[in-house]
Amino acid sequence: MVKKSGAQILVDTLQEQGVDTIFGFPGGSVLPIYDALYDADIRHILTRHEQGAAHAADGYARASGRPGVCLATSGPGATNLVTGIANAYMDSVPLVAFTGQVTTGLLGRDSFQEADITGITMPVTKHNYIVKDTRELAGVIREAFYIATTGRPGPVLVDIPKDVASNEIEYQDPGPVNLPGYHPQPVPPAEQLNRAAAAILRSERPVIYAGGGVVSSGAHRELRQLAEMLLAPVATTLMGLGSFPGDHPLSLGMPGMHGSKYANYAFCECDLLIAVGVRFDDRVTGKIDCFAPRAKILHIDIDPAEIGKNVRVDIPLVGDVRQVLAALIERLEAKLPGAWQEKIDTWKKEYPVTYEENGHLKPQQVIREIYRVTGGQARITTEVGQHQMWAAHYYTYTRPRSFISSGGLGTMGYGFPAAIGVQVACPGETVFDIAGDGSIQMNIQELATAVNYELPVNVAIMNNGFLGMVRQWQELFYNRRYAYTELVNPDFVRLAEAYGAAGRRVTTAREVAPALEEAVAAQKPVMLDFVIEREENVLPFVPPGESLDHML
Amino acid sequence: MRHTLAVLVENNPGVLARVAGLFSRRGYNIDSLAVGRTENPAVSRMTIVVEGDDRVLEQVTKQLHKLIDVIKINDVTVDEYVDRELVLIKVSADSGQRGEIMQIADIFRARIVDLGRRTITLECTGNDGKINAFEESLRPYGIKELVRTGKIAMLRGNRFTNLNTNGNREDEQ
Ligand SMILES: Cc1ncc(C[n+]2csc(CCOP(=O)(O)OP(=O)(O)O)c2C)c(N)n1
Ligand SMILES: [Mg+2]
Repeated sequence: MVKKSGAQILVDTLQEQGVDTIFGFPGGSVLPIYDALYDADIRHILTRHEQGAAHAADGYARASGRPGVCLATSGPGATNLVTGIANAYMDSVPLVAFTGQVTTGLLGRDSFQEADITGITMPVTKHNYIVKDTRELAGVIREAFYIATTGRPGPVLVDIPKDVASNEIEYQDPGPVNLPGYHPQPVPPAEQLNRAAAAILRSERPVIYAGGGVVSSGAHRELRQLAEMLLAPVATTLMGLGSFPGDHPLSLGMPGMHGSKYANYAFCECDLLIAVGVRFDDRVTGKIDCFAPRAKILHIDIDPAEIGKNVRVDIPLVGDVRQVLAALIERLEAKLPGAWQEKIDTWKKEYPVTYEENGHLKPQQVIREIYRVTGGQARITTEVGQHQMWAAHYYTYTRPRSFISSGGLGTMGYGFPAAIGVQVACPGETVFDIAGDGSIQMNIQELATAVNYELPVNVAIMNNGFLGMVRQWQELFYNRRYAYTELVNPDFVRLAEAYGAAGRRVTTAREVAPALEEAVAAQKPVMLDFVIEREENVLPFVPPGESLDHML
Repeated sequence: MRHTLAVLVENNPGVLARVAGLFSRRGYNIDSLAVGRTENPAVSRMTIVVEGDDRVLEQVTKQLHKLIDVIKINDVTVDEYVDRELVLIKVSADSGQRGEIMQIADIFRARIVDLGRRTITLECTGNDGKINAFEESLRPYGIKELVRTGKIAMLRGNRFTNLNTNGNREDEQ
């Protein structure tokens, strides 16, 4: 038998799990772990804030489909991860977070840099652990990766006291994972599939409502096959963008509060809503009593608790989205176009998602240009606000994992560190963070990380001088009283330069394309400051609490 | 309606916090909760009495199932079952009242477990209804202190809620 320290066991088990990159930030209680990492064949990216590490690991996971890994010290290091963990939880991202902890003898005594991080993260993790014995470490790490990546993915946190990391033990392989209470169900019973297929064949006005579950189960091909077979229009949620090609004739774009009018009308008029890997978020449903009033609802999801959580479901199909879609397709036959397809096309012509040009620089225009310059092949991340919604509407996503955004938690400051993680996962690809002038300042310190590791991420700031989304609500619902939403911003160009990145300000439409082309060509981080129309609004817009057909 | 759930959990530290946190976070009402170990030392059993309609109960069950430490859930209320609770009640009793109190204890098959100069402490087991009635009968004498364990329950006959036994009805997903 071999003698190994806990830290060595951690490193070895990470390698066994195929981990090639960790995003982290050191401190006292993780010193033994860092010492073991120093010689390991694992890339460590030092972010400048632990929140950055968590979001970067999350971006890495969303872009690659592999679990993201982050590491922080005890106390403040661990609490700084919390927003990133909660963000990954809301969007079902496979993330494994490791935190240092005070030594076992000091636990529970308010010791220096002690924080009860398993207690704190209980509601925002799929599961978490504190390991109090080095002999349990390898088994726990295997379980953590297994839980994070199977079933409905999500974050798992493993808290490791310093002595557990430094103690040496005779290493014994813990064997395969055995969790008596955890058995994700891959496919529903055949009768249930038959019932669903019959309902689909009977339906005259089907609509597919596709979300993040399609992306995480890798079901984009099956989704397309189903849609084309049924000639069913497909609305993709913010989390589902790219799971169905945005330029496909059957694409409805995004539904919901900031959705396209035609997606929302289709939801209101359909007789069958095929919900695939979605969770009926209030931002999608609007007033719940009026949601899809004429439709039977068929809900496919890996998480049984999502069935019937927010809306009544007529036909639940619990299982892996890809396997369920494949099993359904076998039971279906192609349909011919009819009045429903015509109606959808009329709506699409009548209510296009569009904006007015007025000579000022418009954010929609900038994003359209990013699409053109990158040939639609970039990986886009976003912050949270108006720019996020414009990024959802005006860049056309045709591949899964090409649009990466904080959906459930709506975390300002997510996009830039996420872009760093995406760039690490996808070297050689063009990555853009479409940012707001407010959000970018929430994790701007990560410019140092991008420069440090020569990660050529591009940041396109839609600079409106406002916390624009909040301002929009103040304009519409608070009588234009702009309480504390106007921003006094730094000079983003000089700021980028101070960090060693490139910066450029763009104020006219004419300069947009050349600036973007230069940024994409530059093999270094670039921050573009697009000074846009200050009071542009995101439209269409379903006011909160209204039904989907009440759009501004 | 009230439902009694028998929930088998891995005997891990924090499992009680996970279950309690889930109920408070999602706004489900717990009427009572009793935890203890089972014939298998690696497994604990929680008996949770929860108030809610079928929809709430379905969500409670599904959300509980999502906890990795939760192994199995049975809603015993849908079957024939026995349930018991233990109560300790300390009542004021001067020597003149003791006879009456002892008679009440007799009727409820309660036991006197302690006798003070001015108090009597009684122990009684039974279902909800019996314990409530017992408490009401003693109220006139002045209840000084009362503690209930929370309900525990078990299916009747050849049906089981423990692991590795057949003939049980595992809760529907
Ligand atoms: C961490 C965090 N704090 C507050 C909010 C609330 N919020 C949502 S959008 C928004 C404005 C964002 O401003 P900016 O980044 O400039 O984007 P814009 O809407 O102007 O495009 C705010 C404050 C949030 N989503 N996240
Ligand atoms: Mg702004």
